[in-house]
This record gives sequence, C-alpha cells and structure tokens, in this order.
Amino acid sequence: MSSIGTGYDLSVTTFSPDGRVFQIEYAAKAVDNSGTVIGIKCKDGIVMGVEKLVASKMMLAGSNRRIHSVHRHSGMAVAGLAADGRQIVARAKSEATSYERVYGEPIPVKELADRVASYVHLCTLYWWLRPFGCGVIIGGYDRDGPQLYMVEPSGIFMYFGTAIGKGRQAAKTEIEKLKLSELSCREGVIEVAKIIYGLHDEAKDKAFELEMSWVCEESNRQHQKVPDDLLEAAKAAAKAALEEMDAD
Amino acid sequence: MRYPYVTGTSVIGIKYKDGILLAADMGGSYGSTLRYKSVERIKAIGKHSLLGASGEISDFQEILRYLDELILYDNMWDDDNSLGPKEVHNYLNRIMYNRRNKFNPLWNTLVLGGVKNGKKYLGMVSMIGVHFEDDHVATGFGNHLARPILRDEWREDLSFEEAVKLLEKCMCVCLLRDRSSINKFQIAKITEEGVTISQPYALKTNWELSAFKNPSKGAEGTW
Repeated sequence: MSSIGTGYDLSVTTFSPDGRVFQIEYAAKAVDNSGTVIGIKCKDGIVMGVEKLVASKMMLAGSNRRIHSVHRHSGMAVAGLAADGRQIVARAKSEATSYERVYGEPIPVKELADRVASYVHLCTLYWWLRPFGCGVIIGGYDRDGPQLYMVEPSGIFMYFGTAIGKGRQAAKTEIEKLKLSELSCREGVIEVAKIIYGLHDEAKDKAFELEMSWVCEESNRQHQKVPDDLLEAAKAAAKAALEEMDAD
Repeated sequence: MRYPYVTGTSVIGIKYKDGILLAADMGGSYGSTLRYKSVERIKAIGKHSLLGASGEISDFQEILRYLDELILYDNMWDDDNSLGPKEVHNYLNRIMYNRRNKFNPLWNTLVLGGVKNGKKYLGMVSMIGVHFEDDHVATGFGNHLARPILRDEWREDLSFEEAVKLLEKCMCVCLLRDRSSINKFQIAKITEEGVTISQPYALKTNWELSAFKNPSKGAEGTW
C-alpha cells in the first residue's frame, strides 16, 4: 500500500485520489485475522458456526462467546474485534425489542439486518468515529422463512451461505460444494463442523473451541445453541473426517 | 388522580404440597357493569412463575408487556439461567412503587406465584407498592371473604385435589357475596414440572335456600 503516510488513511471521511477509503479496508483487515465464522441456509433453517480461537488455556470453556441471540427468532455470529461485536449485538437487541414495542410483532430478519447495517454504516460517516473492526452474520426465521445476512463495514449482503474471518476463502469453496437446498439443519451442523475443523491448522493456529447455533423447525424457529449431544456428534464426525483425509 | 375503567375482581393464591395454585374469575367490569366475560387474568411469566391480577385490565396488559420484555432480555443471555418468581416479584414491586411515586399508579393488585429449584413462592404487590409473601393470599374482596376460610382450613401439605376444593369453596363465597364476580373461573397450577392453566369452568350453585325465595320479605316498603 504505497499510499501509507500520504494522509489519505487517517479518516473514514477521506477518499484517496484513486477512490478508496482506507479506513474501511483497515477495518476489513481486522475481520480477516479473526477465527472463521460460517453461516449456511439449509432447506429448513439456518446454521451458524464459529471457530473461536482461545486466547488462554486458563480461560473457562464457553467464555467470550461469539454467537449471540437477538430477540427470539434470530442470532448473530461475530468475526473480528469481540468488543465491537458486542456493541453491534447490543444495538441489534434494542432495535429488535423496540420494533416489537412499536409494531407488535417480531422484527423481520431483513429489517433487523438493515437496521444493523445502518448502525455500522453510521460509524463510517464521521471523522471522529472509527468503523467497527468486525463483520457479523445474522441468521433468523420469520414469516418469509429462514434468512441469512452478512453485515460488514463495507456493506450488507444476503446469502445462502457465507464465511468471514481467516479461513473464509477455503470455507466458501467448501460451502459451495454442499447442496444447501437439500440439506437439513441437522446435517448442516455436521457439515459446518467438518469445514471448521478442516480449515483449522493444528500446527500453526491457536487452540480453538467450536461454537454453534441454529434457527430451524427443530428449535421451534427460535435461535438456540445447538444441543450438546448434536454438537459432540458433529465434533466427532469432523475429527473422523479429518483422520480419513490424513489417511489418504 | 385518575380512576380505572375496566376492572377484574379478586384473585386468590395458595401454596399446596407440590406448588402454587391461583384462581380468578374471568369478568371484566366497566364501572359496575359486567362488560367482559372472558378476560384471562392469570398468565404464565417465564418458566417458573404465574401472575394473577385484579384491578384495571389494561394496566395488567401493560405489565405483561414489561414482563415479556424482561423475560426476553433474560432469555437472550442464553446462559441456562432464568428469572425465578422471587426476581419477577421484586421487579413488579419496583414497577408498582415507581409508578405510585409518579402519582400515576398501575391500578392493580398482583399475585405472583411460582416454583424454582424446589422452592415455592407466593407473594403480592398492591398498586401503591406494598408487597409481601404469604402461604395464602387474596386480593380485594377476596382478602375479606376468602382469607378467613384459608386461615382456618389451609395446610402446607394440601394435596392438589384438596387445594382445588378449598379454592373452589373460597371462589364460591366470593361469587355469592361479591357482586362484580362471575361464575366463570380459571384455576392455574405451577409446579416444578411447569405451568397449567385450566379451561374456564363454572361452579355449581344452589339458589334453593329459603332466604332467596322471597328476598323482600321482612323488608318493609318494598314489593
């Protein structure tokens, strides 16, 4: 990046001469270093999975959660700076509850994603703010069925399946191989676990914890952590698949 | 000062062997006119609590909205922990007392019952924020008509059937002596297993007593 030091990267409100906003790109870099976050839309719901890198062995298992519930019917998985993520989650929760107070029904997932995106975008409009160093995947279930969105400082997108974080490229190619329109969530959980275990480099990367949630018929269209027995089964299947690959 | 429009009458709550029972009729009075006849005045709050309300019906609906949001925010923590009856009761105490301090009370007397971790809980809050726990409680007229019976006949080890019978006895007295009560009730049960709210039903009444035959007899100047 030749333009470092030329002063065009000091503020989100400044374009570089070739039409880029460097602060947004720096924010994207913060996201790219984080553990991989995957979201897929199966035929009957949404599955989200996070490769949560564990900063210290002394940390209690299950701490520093990266998947959060927003209202009853949707959830959010965060990649990037966890603290910024919590800021966004808090905003999403209050948007969702205020929507229900005003309109008397749960917020549609599209509306929720739009509002979250507006909030993230807001922080790119003033020189005294910095953009959020994180991307979020929003999954939910409303009258239009299951939906998946991704919100980053650079914009909002709607997906059948997506990934952010360090292993996003590899993860995306794996997701593309899945037949999402035929996959049930129960199978989806196992596939996501396989992908996350598959792209984690035991030798190079830090230890990680697999965190997963879903919204589907089986969870009563509510966003919930994947039940422990299924999560353990998915982990076992993922490890087995890994060993099989190594054997080849 | 403002006064209520549509009100519900007494709610009675008792502890029994396995949990808590609440009983209330389904009338909604517009002043002294019995305007509504199927108002549900007992609702489940979260996993461990039951709330019954007498007084202004719309204020009760407002309170239910507050509680819905409270429970929602609690659920979103997703930490396998949830608010029990004690916490919900305390929350209601604060809401009621705060509103009376604004000289704009929520015009209700609330009965809060629940079971969590094997502990039974039964409490009340009034519209001015007076709150307490007891083994049996009743709001409004029920406090005068039902509680004397409960003081005589209530026991800690009441079985479910006995407890329902006792409540029906109390409701029967309320029905006969409280003009704004109606003969359509719900009884709600909460135990460690969860909440069940009965379908509406009526009590058997007996109007064949001789005193009812000629009500104006002995009252001079009436016909």
